[in-house]
Amino acid sequence: MNIFLSLLFIYTMGTRVSVFREEHFNAAHRLHNPAWDAQKNQEVFGKCNLPHYHGHNYELIVKVTGEIDPGTGYVMDMKVLSDIIQDEVLNRFDHKNLNEDVAEFKEMNPTAENIAVVIYNLLRPQINEQLDLQVRLYETPRNFVEYPVI
Amino acid sequence: MVAPYLCIPEHMPVFHLTRREHFNAAHKLYNPAWTKEKNDEVFGKCANENWHGHNFELFVTVKGEPNPETGFVIDAKWLSQLIKTHVVDVLDHKNLNLDVPFMVGKMCSIENLVYEIWKQLEPRLPQEVKLHCVKLVETPRIFVEYFGE
Repeated sequence: MNIFLSLLFIYTMGTRVSVFREEHFNAAHRLHNPAWDAQKNQEVFGKCNLPHYHGHNYELIVKVTGEIDPGTGYVMDMKVLSDIIQDEVLNRFDHKNLNEDVAEFKEMNPTAENIAVVIYNLLRPQINEQLDLQVRLYETPRNFVEYPVI
Repeated sequence: MVAPYLCIPEHMPVFHLTRREHFNAAHKLYNPAWTKEKNDEVFGKCANENWHGHNFELFVTVKGEPNPETGFVIDAKWLSQLIKTHVVDVLDHKNLNLDVPFMVGKMCSIENLVYEIWKQLEPRLPQEVKLHCVKLVETPRIFVEYFGE
């Protein structure tokens, strides 16, 4: 290894950096609590409770934080991260009805908050435990959530 | 005699004024005259029987000369209310295939949707302006424009 690269690795050793991957999926959902009657659902969830579903273009930002690997210069290979998101999240959620097609939401209201937690729990086991993980989910350009809260 | 602050030039310029609105809705692309296999082949994941959905952005552009007294081509608030009453309230948080009277029996593509939105708005505009374009953005990467042709 030449001296320049050696110095560069020493320079960045132990440096923590956050890397981000942005993906998107389009899905239908409705907000409904089966434990409540129709009137209370309507009162609490308004038009989000309409029976025939509505939908969103969800934008997902996955944030991975950790030390720069001296071998690659990466915190994480973004292609690997992209493939994990594709397999774990997009293949399950994209062009789906979250209430009907996604097992996790059979018993859970698919709010942006709950979707973000489910996505985190799907991704966490696939990513090196030395790396911190956070997801930000945009339900609309104006409404978004983050999990976990750091 | 016209007061100078009204600023009427000899030749009245023509402007395009655009109002942007948004609605969130579910739909699917599915031709009931075809088999499920053919629908899957043509429409792919958009044919999911259980629907999917989008945040739609709608841009309505009218064309006209500004009114000399207001300086407006059209009152943008009035245009917004027109769009809200006849389009957004009808589409927002709805299932486009099931809940929208003007889409019944039609394929729920954005091409057809934008054409029907045009038909809702065009006859309701004041004489002084022409509907120039309706643009419907389905995703940040896909949109259609209709100019009334």
